Amino acid sequence: MKENPFASTQFERRKFRRANLNKWIMFSFCAALIIPLIAILVDIFVKAAPVISLDYLWLNPANKGKEGGLWAPLVGTFYLVIGSLTLVAPVGILAAIYLNEYAKEGILNRVIGIAVTSLAGVPSIVHGLFGLGAFVLVMLPAVNSVIGSPNDRASNWQAGLLTASLTVAVMNLPVIIASAREALGGVPQSFREACWNLGATRWQTIRTIVLPNSLSGILTGVILTISRAAGETAPILFTGVTFFKFVADAGWEKIFPYNPGEPFMAMSMHLNIISNQISQMPEGMKYGSAAVLIGLILFVNSFAIILRVWLRGRKRW
Amino acid sequence: MIQGKPHIEFRDVCAFYGAKQVLRNVTFTVPRHTVIGVIGPANSGKTTMLKTINRTLDFIGGARFTGQVLIDGESVADFRDPNELRRRIGMVFPLPVGLPLTIYENVAYAPRRRGVTAKGELDEIVERCLRQSVLWDEVKDRLQMLGTRLSGGQQQRLTLARALSLSPEILCLDEFSIAIDPVTTMRIEDVLKELRKSMTIVLVTNLVQQARRLADNTLFLWRGDLIELSPTEVAFSDKPNDKRTYDYVNGIFG
Repeated sequence: MKENPFASTQFERRKFRRANLNKWIMFSFCAALIIPLIAILVDIFVKAAPVISLDYLWLNPANKGKEGGLWAPLVGTFYLVIGSLTLVAPVGILAAIYLNEYAKEGILNRVIGIAVTSLAGVPSIVHGLFGLGAFVLVMLPAVNSVIGSPNDRASNWQAGLLTASLTVAVMNLPVIIASAREALGGVPQSFREACWNLGATRWQTIRTIVLPNSLSGILTGVILTISRAAGETAPILFTGVTFFKFVADAGWEKIFPYNPGEPFMAMSMHLNIISNQISQMPEGMKYGSAAVLIGLILFVNSFAIILRVWLRGRKRW
Repeated sequence: MIQGKPHIEFRDVCAFYGAKQVLRNVTFTVPRHTVIGVIGPANSGKTTMLKTINRTLDFIGGARFTGQVLIDGESVADFRDPNELRRRIGMVFPLPVGLPLTIYENVAYAPRRRGVTAKGELDEIVERCLRQSVLWDEVKDRLQMLGTRLSGGQQQRLTLARALSLSPEILCLDEFSIAIDPVTTMRIEDVLKELRKSMTIVLVTNLVQQARRLADNTLFLWRGDLIELSPTEVAFSDKPNDKRTYDYVNGIFG
């Protein structure tokens, strides 16, 4: 029988075995990353299972968080997220549009780009201290000197939802700018040139072609900052969060419990305090709040993924 | 054959990308309702020349030009709103670009930006332009399909249809036929001969025979220098004004 000229040589067989081995090594590293994650999630949710119920979400914490539920911190985190997003999303997106669509290529543009990227990596506690200095110690006294009265301290604005939202907004600004710029940059330049050649203005081009085709990326970036706003304790630690604030058990005041100029409760702070500051805390309460916080972030992220898939399906090229 | 004021006039135009000069003292005129064929090897400044006409050179960082480009005697540099200039000039570049819109909206894009909203008027424009670009028969039943789903050659004709949608007075074609099959190309060339009655056409092409078929005058550009501008019969004859033209046209250049 004639020898098959295409049969693997000794060399090729050796290379094939090596490639196969490499694949399994990479797979095991990947598994090593996923296994602890699953272990942590299972551990938390199993230990939290006994306390999780609708009442646990709906009732206010009582007796330093040893009893009751999570309503007050949960609603505080919700308003913090909404507040910071309303402040940061328009500014961040408009800044990204300017930088990507209008600003001329040059040293200034590049410096801003580098500054934005580095700011995104600044630790959150630094943003917290910045918020303390800029908003609590400078902005609030200025506001109070206009609207408050020195004799009636109670009418003055204190560190609260407003200052915390501003701080979280500043923390998330570079993240939103960077992700929105990336999304805008993904729209091929040839589309813009085609529109300009037709005499369309820059803004017409942005409105009709660039934005509709980069919206999915921009929104994904915005939504991903939500988990940062909900999960971080450091930026709100000095700028308005508190461990306990009385919240009504019923009525409108339960839905809108916090004045923007008053301290508020938040999930991250609540979890932080009940897990290491209060003695004889029932184990289920600690794991319960951790599970609710993780669940909240997973819920928001899955929403982001669904939105991205839906919008990507509508992409036009 | 020159009648009245020239439609396009270049006076001593030099163009630069940063320090690199790509056009050197180019001076010529194009009479109204004629076709000028621009030939020359790659990198000789043909596309740059088109970009100075509608001022899209402005969008390229570090690019500038000196001298004067006049449309109907009016310097393009003096247009307060360059978009007005761009609407008067239809521009087709070599790479086909279907905008991420439906075929219908691709052609209706520029009229809509001008404020045309009446359905009947838009329908009419879309059909006229798609017929002129020889695309109508292929797409008339699927105008709501995305323009980006068309084949390369069809997208190129869509680009041509878009350029015609504002009934420009000048049509600049940069290698419009590289993605289009020869039979369709011939049909478009027939349309161009028809369009010539209503617009001035600047035809940049690497197919010297295309320039020979269509152009009234032929301009030979080489490394930023205008080597020759003469009636097409002369440029393609055995005795053009410059020997280099003869060499290029007959493929014995370099």
